[in-house]
Amino acid sequence: MTRSISGFQFGLPLAVQRATAAGLLAAVLAIPALSGLTAAPAMAQETPVKGGVLNSIVQPEPPTLMLGLNQQGPTQTVAGKIYQGLLTYDQKLNPLPSLAKSWTVSPDGLTYTFKLFENVTWHDGKPFTAKDVVFSASKFLMEVHPRARAVFARCESITAPDELTVEFKLKEPFPAFLQSFEVSSAPIVPAHLYEGTDFRANPANATPIGTGPFKLKEWVKGSHIQLVRNEAYYKAGLPYLDGITFRVIPDAASRSLALESGQVQQTQYSDVEPFEVPRLKTLANLELSTKGYEFVAPMSWLEINHRVKPLDDKRFRKAIAYAIDRKFIRDKIWFGLGRVPTGPINSVVKFYDPKVTTYEPNIEKAKALLDEMGLKPDAKGVRATVKIMPMPYGETWTRLGEYLKQALGKAGIAVTLESTDAAGWSQRVANWDYEITTNFLYQYGDPALGVARTYISDNIRKGVLFTNTMGYSNPKVDALFASAAREIDPAKRQADYSEVQQILADELPVVWLLEMEFPTFLDKRVRNANKTAIGVNDTYEDVWLAAK
Amino acid sequence: MLKLSSSSGDFWKAFARNKGAVFGLVILAGILVLAAFASVLFPGDPWDMATAPFQPPLSEGSPLGSDMLGRDIAAGIAHGARVSLLIGLTSTAAALAIGVTLGALAGFHGGRVDDAIMRFTELFQTIPNFVLAVVLVAIFTPSLTTIVAAIAIVSWPPLARLARAEFMSLRTREFVQAAITTGQSNTTIILRQILPNSLSPIIVSASLMVATAILLESSLSFLGLGDPNAMSWGYMIGAARTVIRQAWWMSFFPGLAIVLTVLALNLVGEGLNDALNPKLARSRG
Repeated sequence: MTRSISGFQFGLPLAVQRATAAGLLAAVLAIPALSGLTAAPAMAQETPVKGGVLNSIVQPEPPTLMLGLNQQGPTQTVAGKIYQGLLTYDQKLNPLPSLAKSWTVSPDGLTYTFKLFENVTWHDGKPFTAKDVVFSASKFLMEVHPRARAVFARCESITAPDELTVEFKLKEPFPAFLQSFEVSSAPIVPAHLYEGTDFRANPANATPIGTGPFKLKEWVKGSHIQLVRNEAYYKAGLPYLDGITFRVIPDAASRSLALESGQVQQTQYSDVEPFEVPRLKTLANLELSTKGYEFVAPMSWLEINHRVKPLDDKRFRKAIAYAIDRKFIRDKIWFGLGRVPTGPINSVVKFYDPKVTTYEPNIEKAKALLDEMGLKPDAKGVRATVKIMPMPYGETWTRLGEYLKQALGKAGIAVTLESTDAAGWSQRVANWDYEITTNFLYQYGDPALGVARTYISDNIRKGVLFTNTMGYSNPKVDALFASAAREIDPAKRQADYSEVQQILADELPVVWLLEMEFPTFLDKRVRNANKTAIGVNDTYEDVWLAAK
Repeated sequence: MLKLSSSSGDFWKAFARNKGAVFGLVILAGILVLAAFASVLFPGDPWDMATAPFQPPLSEGSPLGSDMLGRDIAAGIAHGARVSLLIGLTSTAAALAIGVTLGALAGFHGGRVDDAIMRFTELFQTIPNFVLAVVLVAIFTPSLTTIVAAIAIVSWPPLARLARAEFMSLRTREFVQAAITTGQSNTTIILRQILPNSLSPIIVSASLMVATAILLESSLSFLGLGDPNAMSWGYMIGAARTVIRQAWWMSFFPGLAIVLTVLALNLVGEGLNDALNPKLARSRG
């Protein structure tokens, strides 16, 4: 990665140059700090050795590895080694080169120019050029990738001035644009295989052809996915690993066992259940890290349907916030994984501002608010009855539902728990057929990409999941999110986002529960893994295995 | 109804001859008392976080330990006994109603009615019980009512077959023939002549069915298909399964409760069998 620094700074406007240089410095500093976790300081100078196969887990088994068509977590982790985006990001969310070796942003914030690496080939031997990038961004992703479509729809033109240069011209400034080029947000797909075809039905989807350091060798459904080294990778000497094998292990206890017994050297996301973490992290051969999820930065909350009375009253939502103890949720239900949130933006995401109204657990305040609303306790002490439908994503969420029932019950809010399956949950939330549910969304590195969508009234869209399903609407919030998204001066953006965070923290359209952290377990022999903001989803081009 | 044996004294004597059955009855009585007095013994909600999480058994305030959210296992078992017994009894009652009615009609009428009912019964018998129950509960969203209904729907076919066999054999007996000759209506004959005489095997299998129903409910709850608002033993084990290495007591005690209840019901069932079929019992030695 350091080899690209010189090319990468070339031609950048001064401000951007300084910012990226600072970011790089942070990244460079972060690397020894991270490897310090995995090894004694002296080992930081180890020379990487070639060879060896890294074993990991893929769970649940992805429906496809064609990352352009499917961006579920497991698909990303595997396909992130096969496909590449133009950029990746360090753990402070500053851009780093991936397929693009350098980039410039025009001072008016309207033109983004990317210079691509030379001698890049697709896994089938065909050369990779700017044409592939233009095709991916302007045609392929526009058709099949909703998140990318929302971003590239802002482009007036996407052109290739020469074989190794791509130019995006925006209709209006959108500084979050630079955060949209990581491999799952905008995977670059081969134009020679997809141009002019039905993208979803293309037979090439079964045999993904990317530019990444690893190629798909074998996929035995229900058993494993085997990736092998791409010998023609454009960075000489890389990758170090001979291959990566992802095993399909549907049972949570077996996954922990596989990690414990050394059958796999890496687990990620929800492979290991939170309650296993305290036990596994004490094992001598394993290293736990919760970094590498800065790009997704999941935030979980109590999603409240504002169309249902009395949930439309912010005093009621505040009462809920006062009635629950989020530290308890973090420590006892998530076994210490995560951070107690203050507002809508995850603290690892840009423009986070901690100076907002916060809600410490206080049952008296909760009751006072309910009294103020005229919700007096009846003979059984019940002031109101609500239905909570916990997310059907495993037992941690079930425990959370049980906790919420008890905690709200103490404030006089009687809770009926509704259980549902994954399909039923999606259906009911998307169609606003719920009262309260638990939910979590990824924030994608910038409030304009991953936060605004939950709160702006433009995004109240029936039938579409992960939109403003609560039906919250505040013109001031809409205006602030809109102006912040267009603003190129970071200070003004910060001012807008700070204000909107304060408004949201006061109105509580949802009650934020947890800035979630996922545990990544790595065998101590694994070097250089999990260095970026997309952690385990990155290419692993320079990951290597130390001798036993 | 128990004029089947000459007097209730004989019945008890026959029942008491089976020591296991008496033991089972004692346990069952204990569990019934526990269920009846759950709210007196453990006032408050069993879902409440009563103490610190993961307290081992015999710690203060939690004789059988606490779970990951600090809920008292003992309270859960007492309140869970209610759910388990309630579901066991009501679903068996429902299964009896369906099974005996269909079996009686098939056995009494024979011919086409019998064919139609038995093909219908076979339809249910060919589908694995538990799988069908899971599907039914999943479709109709888990609640006490849907769980009882699902268990009843998967449990009635053996009862129907049993009732049919009894009815077919009794149908040809002289007292039934006599009743037909005297012009009694079919309903009267079924309800007042044949049914009382075919009750003993039905009672025995129903007692065993309560045990099966409790196990089915526990299995459903274990899989997370229980009523999310009702504390049950199966739920407790299901929730404890994942932390079994940290907290064995969380799954051990509810498991013990299920084992004891099911064992007690089986022992009682066997005792009933001995008492209600004295010939069989004696020939068995």
